[in-house]
Amino acid sequence: MTTLTGASRRLEGSPRRHRNEGLVRAFLLGASIVSVAISAGIVLSLIFEAISFVSSIQLSQLVADGWFPRRGMFSLGTVIAGTLIITLIAMALAAPVGLASAVFLSEYASTRVRRVVKPVLEILAGVPSVVLGFFALTWISPHVVQALFSEAKAFSLLAAGLGVGILTIPLVASISEDAMRAVPLSLREASYGLGARRVTTSLRVVVPAAISGIVAALILAISRAIGETMVVAVAAGASGGSLFTLDPIGPGQTLTGAMASLATGSDNVTGNSSAFLSLYFLGFVLFAMTLGLNVLGDIFVRRTRQQY
Amino acid sequence: MSAATSVAAGTVRRSLHRQRIDVAGYLFAAVLLLSLLFSLALLAVLVVDQLGRGIPVIAERGVGFLTAPLSSSPARAGVVQGLIGSALLALIVALTAFPIGILTAVYLEEYAPATRLSRFIDINIRNLAGVPSVVYGLFGLAVFVTLLQSFGTSNGANVITGGLTLAVLILPLVIITSAEAIRAVPSTLREAGFGIGASRWQVVRQLILPSATPGILTGTVLALSRALGETAPLILIGAVLGSFSAGRNLADLFGGPFTALPVIVYDWARKPQEEFRALTSAAIIVLLLVTVIANGFAILLRNRYDRR
Repeated sequence: MTTLTGASRRLEGSPRRHRNEGLVRAFLLGASIVSVAISAGIVLSLIFEAISFVSSIQLSQLVADGWFPRRGMFSLGTVIAGTLIITLIAMALAAPVGLASAVFLSEYASTRVRRVVKPVLEILAGVPSVVLGFFALTWISPHVVQALFSEAKAFSLLAAGLGVGILTIPLVASISEDAMRAVPLSLREASYGLGARRVTTSLRVVVPAAISGIVAALILAISRAIGETMVVAVAAGASGGSLFTLDPIGPGQTLTGAMASLATGSDNVTGNSSAFLSLYFLGFVLFAMTLGLNVLGDIFVRRTRQQY
Repeated sequence: MSAATSVAAGTVRRSLHRQRIDVAGYLFAAVLLLSLLFSLALLAVLVVDQLGRGIPVIAERGVGFLTAPLSSSPARAGVVQGLIGSALLALIVALTAFPIGILTAVYLEEYAPATRLSRFIDINIRNLAGVPSVVYGLFGLAVFVTLLQSFGTSNGANVITGGLTLAVLILPLVIITSAEAIRAVPSTLREAGFGIGASRWQVVRQLILPSATPGILTGTVLALSRALGETAPLILIGAVLGSFSAGRNLADLFGGPFTALPVIVYDWARKPQEEFRALTSAAIIVLLLVTVIANGFAILLRNRYDRR
């Protein structure tokens, strides 16, 4: 009996060691609480300032002919329309190009090609967005947009949308490629065994099996396009504000573009004016939209993982 | 009998060896390859376009472009404040986000019990990673800038608030990549450590962290390069656009107005004068060198580590 308790005491180790382990654990938990605190800080500051914005204006000001914060016109519809146009254009470019690149990398490319191409795509993903914005303004706008539409302006939603699209291509490609490569080889072998060609195997077997991941890639890319700021701030123009517009070849204002121009306008808005507070209101709307999409995308990503 | 068999065998053999060219299949593969080449070509066009416009400036000004301060005259403007600002921002990010991020990853992978709190922290971090960078700018403005102003600093928008904002921005990225690196450490290592009576912290510090270091390093370098290219959060918290005199002493460097390379790119990109276009490209070349070198280094490191 005594030997047993002695042994168990020895196995427990010294109390000092226990205390130290406890301290380490508490310290690490403290570090991980930081990220929770940050989320709380983001949500609380956005909500409080957005509420004080809404209470500082008449609600009718939210429905105006355009977004001109310094003149008290806060048409949410204008900036949301601009955001949707940018997102639509970006996805029209990034979805086909990104998905096709993913199918090629996953189903056709040799290991050697993949080893060269993937890093290059990652470098494209690492190009700062302000650089893409400048590229959209000085190259895409004159050489693509104005070449196609002679009446297009130098600043246009189309040029900015294409810039955002370029930024999201690597995102679409890498997430959907991961999903396709996660499809078990046995499915492909079964398809080949039935005499299917490679194109049939890719489109009828691999893509449907990886559809959750592909949908997730598209949703996350949409969320990224909605939140992209600098491309729009540089290439879409309309820094002073914009009338409601659905014209993609003219300048326009988005949620993020409006925030950037509020922060950098010729007369920097500060203090507690409603123009300044509208920054937080836009931020709150943007945060809500992207969070919703990210949660949805996450659900799809997890579904892929569970399948096999 | 044998004649019938050989006829049937002949039919089968002929149908198996039918040499029909799979036109649709080749066409499909060609389209896929073209999409991939298109994304790579975009990167090439972007780089060539910037080099073509920016190299003359760099060739003419030489090191003077790097050491000259900002100026409203294109012939004299340089990026020295941007280089100093970006270096200080990177330092602050590395000192804050790296330790907190790695410790959080250690907690989540090695310590966290399967409780609701752990799951909440995990989900929370993944959602934080999808928050648009401009929203982090609002957070920095609402929390760090206000906090520093309440401590009596007249200007809350300095390199410290900028660095903290960027640190918060990349924290989820650091956590996620570090956690992946820790998860990739084989569990036999862990079991061997526990088997010889090591405590959990001893196992983490002496076995797991050393083995996960290449992966963690890759993730942190990628995150740092992301931080170096971010513009939107910095202009939201009030990084200086336009020219200002560079700080002479440490107090000025950390407490005074600040800018960063991508902020300079944004500022110059908005200027209407043609000379500033060339300057913007020159600044972009410097920015790309910094971020792409950091990125490329991280990717090389990971590829070497993956192959082992």
